[in-house]
Amino acid sequence: MRLRHLIALLPLIAAGGAAAESDNYVDIARGKALVTAGDCVACHTAPGGTPFAGGLPLQTPFGVIMTPNITPDNATGIGNWSANDLARAMHEGRRPGGTYLYPAFPYPYYTKVSRADVEAIYAYLRSLPAVSNSVNRNTLPFPFNIRLSMSGWNALFFTPGTFAADPKRSDEFNRGAYLAEGLGHCGACHTPFNAFGASKASQYLRGNQIDNWTAPNITNDMHAGLGKWSVDDIVQYLKTGQTRFSLASGPMKDVIENSTSKMPAADLKAIAVYLRERGAAGSPAPVPLASSDPRMQAGEAIFTDTCSACHMRSGAGVEHMFPKLAGNVVATQDDPASLIRIVVAGGRAAATDERPTSPAMPSLGYRLDDDEVAAVVTYVRNSWGNAASPVSADTVRALRSKVTRVGE
Amino acid sequence: MARRLPRKDVVIVGLGWTGSILAYELARTGLEVVAIERGPWRDTAADFNIGTTPDELRYAVRHDMFLRPKQETLTMRNNPSQTALPIRKWGSFLPGNGVGGAGLHWNGQTWRFLPDDFRIRSHMIERYGESILPEGNHIQDWPVSYDELEPYYDKFEYVAGISGKAGNIKGDIQPGGNPFEGVRERDYPTPPMTQGFAQGLFTKAATGLGLHPFPRPSANISIAYTNPYGCSMAPCTYCGFCERFGCANYSKASPQTCVLPALVREPSFEARTECEVTKVNLSVDGKTATGVTYVDASGEEWEQPGDIVLVCAYSLFNVRLLLLSGIGKPYDQASDEGVVGRNYAYQTGSGSTAFFEDAKFNPFAAAGSLGVALDDYNSDNFDHGPHGFVGGASITSAHTNGRPIQYHPTPKGAPTWGSAWKKAVHETYQRVTNVGAQGSVMSYRNNYLDLDPTYKDPLGRPLLRMTFDYQDNERKMANWMADRCDEIAKAMGAKTTQINRLVGPWSVVPYQTTHNTGGAIMGSDPKTSVLNRYLQSWDVSNVFVMGASAFPQNAGYNPTGTVGALTYWALDAIFNYLKSSGPLVQP
Amino acid sequence: MVDPDGRLPRRREDAAVAAKLKHSGVTRRNLLASAALLITTSGASARVITKALPWRPNEADPVTPVVPGGYLFFTAGEAAVVDAIVDRLIPTDELGSGAKDAGVTTFIDRQLTGPYGGHDWLYMQGPFSSNPLPSQGLQSPLTPRQQYRQGLAALESYCKANFAGRSFIQLNADEQDKLLAGIEKGEVKFENFNSRMLFGAIYANTMEGYFADPIYGGNRDMAGWKLVGFPGTRYDYRDVMEKPNQAYALPPVGLGGRPAWGGH
Repeated sequence: MRLRHLIALLPLIAAGGAAAESDNYVDIARGKALVTAGDCVACHTAPGGTPFAGGLPLQTPFGVIMTPNITPDNATGIGNWSANDLARAMHEGRRPGGTYLYPAFPYPYYTKVSRADVEAIYAYLRSLPAVSNSVNRNTLPFPFNIRLSMSGWNALFFTPGTFAADPKRSDEFNRGAYLAEGLGHCGACHTPFNAFGASKASQYLRGNQIDNWTAPNITNDMHAGLGKWSVDDIVQYLKTGQTRFSLASGPMKDVIENSTSKMPAADLKAIAVYLRERGAAGSPAPVPLASSDPRMQAGEAIFTDTCSACHMRSGAGVEHMFPKLAGNVVATQDDPASLIRIVVAGGRAAATDERPTSPAMPSLGYRLDDDEVAAVVTYVRNSWGNAASPVSADTVRALRSKVTRVGE
Repeated sequence: MARRLPRKDVVIVGLGWTGSILAYELARTGLEVVAIERGPWRDTAADFNIGTTPDELRYAVRHDMFLRPKQETLTMRNNPSQTALPIRKWGSFLPGNGVGGAGLHWNGQTWRFLPDDFRIRSHMIERYGESILPEGNHIQDWPVSYDELEPYYDKFEYVAGISGKAGNIKGDIQPGGNPFEGVRERDYPTPPMTQGFAQGLFTKAATGLGLHPFPRPSANISIAYTNPYGCSMAPCTYCGFCERFGCANYSKASPQTCVLPALVREPSFEARTECEVTKVNLSVDGKTATGVTYVDASGEEWEQPGDIVLVCAYSLFNVRLLLLSGIGKPYDQASDEGVVGRNYAYQTGSGSTAFFEDAKFNPFAAAGSLGVALDDYNSDNFDHGPHGFVGGASITSAHTNGRPIQYHPTPKGAPTWGSAWKKAVHETYQRVTNVGAQGSVMSYRNNYLDLDPTYKDPLGRPLLRMTFDYQDNERKMANWMADRCDEIAKAMGAKTTQINRLVGPWSVVPYQTTHNTGGAIMGSDPKTSVLNRYLQSWDVSNVFVMGASAFPQNAGYNPTGTVGALTYWALDAIFNYLKSSGPLVQP
Repeated sequence: MVDPDGRLPRRREDAAVAAKLKHSGVTRRNLLASAALLITTSGASARVITKALPWRPNEADPVTPVVPGGYLFFTAGEAAVVDAIVDRLIPTDELGSGAKDAGVTTFIDRQLTGPYGGHDWLYMQGPFSSNPLPSQGLQSPLTPRQQYRQGLAALESYCKANFAGRSFIQLNADEQDKLLAGIEKGEVKFENFNSRMLFGAIYANTMEGYFADPIYGGNRDMAGWKLVGFPGTRYDYRDVMEKPNQAYALPPVGLGGRPAWGGH
């Protein structure tokens, strides 16, 4: 009696498609938590569309891929898939019948997910309402539309296999590793790609530019990575999008809102322990640009006049509102893309129930020309103890054209 | 023909301070709430962008953020024997428009009225006899006391994050605070602002004269603050672009910073912008509101049914909506009967400009509520006996801005143009400050609101007509206050002072204040009030009307603090109404 | 109060359950409500807001900077007269550039081509009273464009008639000053035009143009701001509040920046 009452609270509107097969509330709830950790909804939902019904155009280096409908609709979704089929997709990147999936679906990471967890995910996906949404799955241009070529790619760049715990590490570390390396697929954004769009294993988590944003180095590197962050800082960041240093914006803000802010604190702590303990890797700190450099002089004038009201002359920021720029890891990444685009296009912090304000960085692209953006960004990267490469007006110009496209 | 929409539990007209607060508090309990706002959505980073907001010409002079008179204005005249003409361009007051309303372009001066203010009629009669009350007055006691409102003042102050120093906590007078204020449970949520040079001189001079200066309570927040709704604010930067402007760095309390981020997340809340409510619809017997009719931006008409209607459209427009909807009997000045439009009041302003030999006041480093005030001459804190007027004023040393188009002072008698003018402007800008008195305005038979017989809005509906002038009582009081200001200005060390008196009829031309009060007042008697003590309409019990339109007369302070308190006070009553329907007060 | 659907108003305790039910999918009611709101407008901000604060990148509403050079409203003759008048109102002297050199005529010209010039935002419905009370303020049906066009023409006629055929720009500085003072006081009357109205408009616009942000075409090189010591748009004076009664050292900055920004 009670179980059925509880199930009634879940979205179980069985309109067409398979009825909820499993009466197993525990599995479905566990699957829901895993799907949250994997942030499936972020890719498998079209803008303004029904969650999990697919249709989001994913920009890849090889063209646009439309994400599939993973609701249990028989005709347009995965209603006909078995648990084995799902496991094969996640572990091997293959569909029922053997065709290859593109690694835009991060199966090189999901391969680590245990079979038991895959089955829980399966139970949850089956419990969703079936939505009829036919997605065109063949949008890549020639020759990338030849899926068979993925077999070669897989041979070179993909090693299947579920996660194996490291007996030398703590349980907590291994839990964090399992989450981050598997469902979390952090490396899919935070690791540089090679020319074939595969993550460069040797540079794992050392930072990447993706979709004109900088996904920073999240190794434990003192200069370039999370070395100055405590475990608690990382947990806070994943939970709320805010720490004493920083406010998340851009794609990570979406990850926080859709995924990590809804994960249990113990899991977030495990991920934080994993990131802190697996080691540091980053390039050595450059020497900061001298304040007498003309770019720094111009940058200081601009910063004083248009940035300091929020970020303070000292770069200290305001807690919960304006990121601290002094010692800010995103600001000093080798790749300045996020910094530039935030100045030009603006940005908005994560909004959660606890902290709904989501303060927004105003767009200043209309006010500052390319030289001025380059100067102020260079200034931020080299003041208050920060040290990073200066930024040229050409870099700004190139990025500006990408982030100010109409409809962006 | 208006198309009917699905019914909502709560329909709110206007999404400013009162609308936002009520919307949030009601929606968070699961009620279906829709707020209909005739202006646009406004957002800090887009609309108050740090690179666009500090633009005096655009916002202070051309009035970009305000209601456009073309969309709606009022007609005005000073007394009933004249013909009212349209206020074609705002001057004396500046009504807001858009989400946030006046709450985003206000200065942020946030006061509690004094206990005596709530029963000013009885009190003045008790102390001085009825003959002290001015001729033709309509002064009425409020149907609610300071003590009843205290917890609600507190609530609003904590949501807004007000920066100040309490003067009377649980009966203990606090040094450095206002000794005249009503008893309060606890201090303000954030400490007072950093004051300027002029305020330091004022504090010293006033204290030397035996007066009691204290930091003015401010909605320009002094430190980073998160309010009980989870909304966060940053500290004020004293930028000098406060009134008439949106704040770029989340440091002015407004619906944007204090309520909307939490409100919008409520799943049962919806805001519809650029939709103008034209009427509150009533049942056939006129006793129940069935919802509202509104026109969207494309001109299409819609009917939004609702169980209760909360009128939160700003004092003046509340009154107009009631008149156009037939809620309550319109006030007729000739017969002195009726209630809607009765007891319109305003605010007096007078003071002394102080010119110094040598000073650097840096007037551009300023904030809307930066200032030090004293209440020694407010309410009935002094003996009115010898003076023959009622009412009082808060006296303040403040700089809200140094924006040069509208602020380039010169001494009296200086030329108005040419090289000599240039020299005077150059020498005076840093060397002048002022002591100002913001005073009460009583209510009178001759000061009222009704519908204009001639002029119409673009939808063809009559404009609101304002009949108002300062009466002898207010002039006397304001000019007496000007002398008090002058005493203090001289004691501050001014080389010369220039007294600014309240002279001539009230004019729409120079800016004075946007403190329009009355017209839909709360009271104990339906013959002389529109609303009962819970801001519920006597005539239509599922209509509540917020805002300063509820004030029976105005006290010597800005109204917003009291407007906020009354909103929370009414909220409790609205919940009671939802439980058991019907009038909450039997007359 | 129970509504026809049988729902009771919920308090906070029940809201959690209510929230779950509402988050669990698109309810029929939501669908119907959103479909019914066919608010089709051209303004980007006309919208229904639910669930999240709206935000888009690159969203700001800046003014288009005035590009000086030529006149879009004034004829060459009119511009020359306005130049001459504003030059008398705020002359160039040892305290710095005056209104003419600060570009005030350009400012006025561009303002007249915008909504201000047509009183677009004001209430301009009739009837217009011919004898309003002074307390009732602006009551003329004439827009600023009309005031300048007609007023400047009336000024020219007056000068030709009273100064032996000379136009305003041919008078010497003293004569111009005397004439302007006379207009200001109401002692000089034009034919068919209220001379004080012209003076009022030019005077007000001169103050605006001299002290407004340079982005509008006047206050060139921030001459007006430098005259009084107004720092412009810097937006953060916490350092000034910490040091009362001390001179402010930083140069002024406008919406378009200042020379030290190094841009173009």
